Amino acid sequence: MAGHDGQPLIHARGLVKRFGELVAVDAIDFDLQRGEAFGFLGPNGAGKTSTMRMIGCVSPVTDGTLRVFGLDPARDGVKIRGRLGVVPQLDTLDMELTVRENLIIYGRYFGLPRRELGKRTDELLEFVELTERANDKVEPLSGGMKRRLTIARSLVNDPEVMLLDEPTTGLDPQARHVVWDRLYRLKRQGVTLLLTTHYMDEAEQLCDRLVVMDRGRIVAEGSPRELIERYSTREVVELRFDDSRPEDFSYWTDGLVSRVESLPDRVLLYTDDGDAASHGLHERGLVPESVLVRRSTLEDVFLHLTGRSLIE
Amino acid sequence: MNTFVLAARPLEFFFAQYRRVWRGTAVSSVATPVFFLLALGVGLGVFVDRATDLPGDVSYLEFVAPGLLAAAAMQVASFESSWPVLAAIKWTRQYHAMLATPLRVSDVLFGHQAFIATRLFMTAVVYLVVITAFGAVASPLAILTVPVAVLVGLSFSAPLAAWGAKTELETSFVAIFRFVILPLFLFSGVFFPITELPTALQWFAHLTPLWHGVDLCRQLTLGDVALWSVLVHVLFLVAWTAVCLALALRSYRRRLIR
Repeated sequence: MAGHDGQPLIHARGLVKRFGELVAVDAIDFDLQRGEAFGFLGPNGAGKTSTMRMIGCVSPVTDGTLRVFGLDPARDGVKIRGRLGVVPQLDTLDMELTVRENLIIYGRYFGLPRRELGKRTDELLEFVELTERANDKVEPLSGGMKRRLTIARSLVNDPEVMLLDEPTTGLDPQARHVVWDRLYRLKRQGVTLLLTTHYMDEAEQLCDRLVVMDRGRIVAEGSPRELIERYSTREVVELRFDDSRPEDFSYWTDGLVSRVESLPDRVLLYTDDGDAASHGLHERGLVPESVLVRRSTLEDVFLHLTGRSLIE
Repeated sequence: MNTFVLAARPLEFFFAQYRRVWRGTAVSSVATPVFFLLALGVGLGVFVDRATDLPGDVSYLEFVAPGLLAAAAMQVASFESSWPVLAAIKWTRQYHAMLATPLRVSDVLFGHQAFIATRLFMTAVVYLVVITAFGAVASPLAILTVPVAVLVGLSFSAPLAAWGAKTELETSFVAIFRFVILPLFLFSGVFFPITELPTALQWFAHLTPLWHGVDLCRQLTLGDVALWSVLVHVLFLVAWTAVCLALALRSYRRRLIR
């Protein structure tokens, strides 16, 4: 997991981004090592995109240190961007050009020769399964296909690090799984991934290591498994009620579970043995409308750390 | 050197985009001067020539043709630098795609303006051929109206790009076309000498790039060139364009890098 030489590809210390009075990124520290898949997990407005834009050299650092490939974004933007592959949150494809033209023109921005690009384009279209659509305009493609094209495009310069800002936001579940599969393959090929997401399943699927961000700060760091172990229990019992929801849960749950989280639409009970806990509740005579026992997720970690859910 | 290499890269995008519409613009770049010259030079010109003596004893056709050429450059450049700039910032977001690559803000701006300059060059060549065919050109110096037209165009595309990157109000371009571009077209000496205007407006005309462009083109096609006045016109247009490009670079930076 650590880099071969210990020199991080991206290094941030006390990194700050302010827009006037608003503090978007509030003194964060992190390092990205070669070959790892690293994620920023947090709700909208947590400062994830601002961090990505600073790394992509399109947003000046307000304060603190940021080094990308050991270079300073304020001075070496051209060199840094030449080695990054950026998948922005909003697509920047040209809808009227064909799939292939979009790739070739983007490659030309990097100064790659046309002959080389022809071959590269074929390989990339193959990889994202768009070979049949190569000569179609982008406009009528589905959202998932456009995202795959954006991913292919970001790979045209054979980047050392891919910056993926909310790579599957707005896609339907099936399209998301296809995108995840492609990203997973890239990860196995040794491409370093840096992604932001507010989907905990995305972070769990793709990230070796992640930081949880909230209001511009990093509130926790670790692998998905470590975070769940540290900040949650093994299992969660979700209770839903019709109108007979009890006011005070401690009477029902004392001694049965380690923590109770009361949300507007449901109650979450944190315990290492969900079945035992729900059995215990039943014995004490609590009858919710529904009971669901599931494993803890990063959503629970986030809830525990911030008192709020990831997707509002 | 490096700057030119990088700024040339966005050109490929704009030309790929242009390939979709080139037939339409090719037809209109021939049809527009033909219509204008038929209506004004030939049609209206008969009445004008019967009633008045234009300075230098030229026909109205010869008088109006170089003005129309300069005005066409203004119109093409203004159009190319209005909605396409907004689109690249807000809708197709192509500027953002460019800035995710080694290209810098200056490359994005100068690359787009270089494309507009190329479009202006093509438009001016066609216009010159048409007015020559109408017999409205008296001097081989007229060939120089092509680079002049490119410069006149840039003196409009640069400030409009500056405004486009600054404004959040996309409808403002409609107002600019109606209340800036159209009055300039009508009152900058294209259709009648500005000496017919009230003195205050004459002075005002001297401060607008179109008048300088019109007078310069007219001197060149008529072959009636006053060197000092050519110098003043060129200096004015170059300085105006340079200042506006600097302003455009500033508003591009503020809009795209934040």
